[in-house]
Amino acid sequence: MAVLATKETRVICQGLTGRAATYHVGRMVAYGTQVVGGVTPGKGGRRHLDVPVFDTVVEAVAATGATASLVFVPPASAADAMIEAIDAGIELLVCVTERVPVLDMIRVRQRLQGSRTRLVGPNSQGILVPGETQLGVMTTINACKGPVGIASRSASLTSEIVAQTTAAGLGQSATIGVGGDPVHGVSLADCVRLFLEDPATEGIILIGEIGGTDEEEAAALIKELKPEKPIVAIVVGQNAPQQRRMGHAGALAAGQMGSAKAKMEALREAGVVIAPRADLVGVTMRQALAGYR
Amino acid sequence: MNLHEFQAKELLTRFGIMIPRGRLAASGAEAASVARRLNVREFVVKAQIQAGERAAGGGIRFATSPDEVGTIAAEIIGRRLMTNQTGPAGEEVRWVYIEEAVPVVRSFYCAAVVDRSRGQLILVTRDRDDERSAGCGDGTVLPLEIVGSTARGDFDRAASPFGFEPVQRSLFAKRLSQIAEAAVSLDAILVEISPLALTPSGDFVALDAKVTIDDHALFRHPDIAALQDVNEGEDNDSVMLAADRHQINYLKLDGDIGVVVNGAGLALATLDLLHQAGGRAANFMDIRTTATSLDIAYAFGLIATNPQVRSVLVNVHGGGMQRCDTIADGIGIAFRRFGCSVPIVVRLAGNNAEFAATRLKSYGVSVVETADMWQAVNTAVQLATLKAA
Repeated sequence: MAVLATKETRVICQGLTGRAATYHVGRMVAYGTQVVGGVTPGKGGRRHLDVPVFDTVVEAVAATGATASLVFVPPASAADAMIEAIDAGIELLVCVTERVPVLDMIRVRQRLQGSRTRLVGPNSQGILVPGETQLGVMTTINACKGPVGIASRSASLTSEIVAQTTAAGLGQSATIGVGGDPVHGVSLADCVRLFLEDPATEGIILIGEIGGTDEEEAAALIKELKPEKPIVAIVVGQNAPQQRRMGHAGALAAGQMGSAKAKMEALREAGVVIAPRADLVGVTMRQALAGYR
Repeated sequence: MNLHEFQAKELLTRFGIMIPRGRLAASGAEAASVARRLNVREFVVKAQIQAGERAAGGGIRFATSPDEVGTIAAEIIGRRLMTNQTGPAGEEVRWVYIEEAVPVVRSFYCAAVVDRSRGQLILVTRDRDDERSAGCGDGTVLPLEIVGSTARGDFDRAASPFGFEPVQRSLFAKRLSQIAEAAVSLDAILVEISPLALTPSGDFVALDAKVTIDDHALFRHPDIAALQDVNEGEDNDSVMLAADRHQINYLKLDGDIGVVVNGAGLALATLDLLHQAGGRAANFMDIRTTATSLDIAYAFGLIATNPQVRSVLVNVHGGGMQRCDTIADGIGIAFRRFGCSVPIVVRLAGNNAEFAATRLKSYGVSVVETADMWQAVNTAVQLATLKAA
């Protein structure tokens, strides 16, 4: 049993016929993901990437038995696509779209309440379960099956730390990108819970950054649960300039939002090992696991 | 995107929010003539910069005659105004807003704001006068539900702790609902009115307004997006906005190491590593996944032509969407266009890393190749130090 998805998980892609989706879903199929259909309004009845295309998520689910959907829809209609998937009862929804308006995401969050859907993203690279399935746009070249669960707010750093954990001889049970946007689906704390319940995960890496309260919430949860598994974290942005936009809408050093230092303090206090440098996360995890074994 | 006070106020009137009569002026003479047309007894002259706490910095002044308005405006315009929010350099004042001074009985802080940890829009209300707030010093926080293009919430309850007469309370609640509606309709992540003043005639009037529009929603508001051009040229915004159009998040800093990185997380990590190695970045750069090689060439050009730069650090981890070779192509194109007189230290990993190294060679870019991030960062710091000596 793996976290969130396995190689049996049946996946559709909303926006399948687009150029970027065609490329990335093609890579997912090559990796072994069970892509069973696509949704593009107005293009129902066609076939694309050798799977059927439907006008609506409801039709796609009825015809294919899909339980997961990857949203590859431009920002202006991404929220509508997510809400359609929630209403159709999709269990795992992954949105890779960048630059979804914040208020649209609040609407999506309102719809998620009381639904059966778990949302990953938006502005997320997705979920990778090495050796099983890939729902997202990440590179898989340095990934290998192993005991480390990685939850991250940054796609680029995830690639880096996947490579580090592989180089350290560990490998990954799953990587989850919670996304770089201020209002998103699953949080770092949700990921901690998932990884703690997952028997294949022996250690957890949290990749955080300045802004928001995800790290503080994860720290509070860890403090409460006192988990048996070692948790290593890196929080970047300690030397971020005090300015407005830093790429992720989430990564703002201003005003109400948490500093990297405060986040690291909260995590350390909860018993999390803070990696001393961004290039030493894999090594730190290996040491932490050795201490527990 | 932050709006100026005069822009924010004008937008808020669409939702029925009352504002004092006022007009914008770009010179002392214009300010005096605006004041004459306003024809009131007392005026306020307000510097239009986007940072707050202007009053303490001398950016909000009162006047009793049009001539005095002109004199004050002439003093303020063209000056750099420093407040607690601007940093030591201050912000240049290009315009003043001339307003009718409104007598105030009580004043309130009201803001609709995105609460990111709860994933909600909330409305915060507070009496600005602490002694009188009697138990509601922290104010009330009302969660809002977005329904269509408006917001639903218990505005009457939010208006209840302030001890108003029923008529005033319902008027106050109405203002709160207008603020909430403005936030939703404008795709604002912040609509802040402080003070919202109760006047002797019993109206609630917005004396100041701060509105921040979600950059990612500007495509729905071309009228507001057009204001960006008006505001461009203030501070570093023009370079930042130009880079933004090239799918690059770029910010000039004051160090001597030019930084080329893909992804915000890795970019922030690179700044942290540089700091740990004793170096200082000349810029922040995050190449987004949507940037093409020509976009990257533009961004590299910003570094290659920056005279402060003594070495360049390229720290790239190619992902599924932004591969190393695209970035190498961008660097190669810029190198041929601008040249580069300082050493370039390169760490390429991930998707198509080897291919990218080959691309750099075929463009004739001579680089110092390094195996890992820490070595790359240290090499860049050493080379910058050598160059400085």
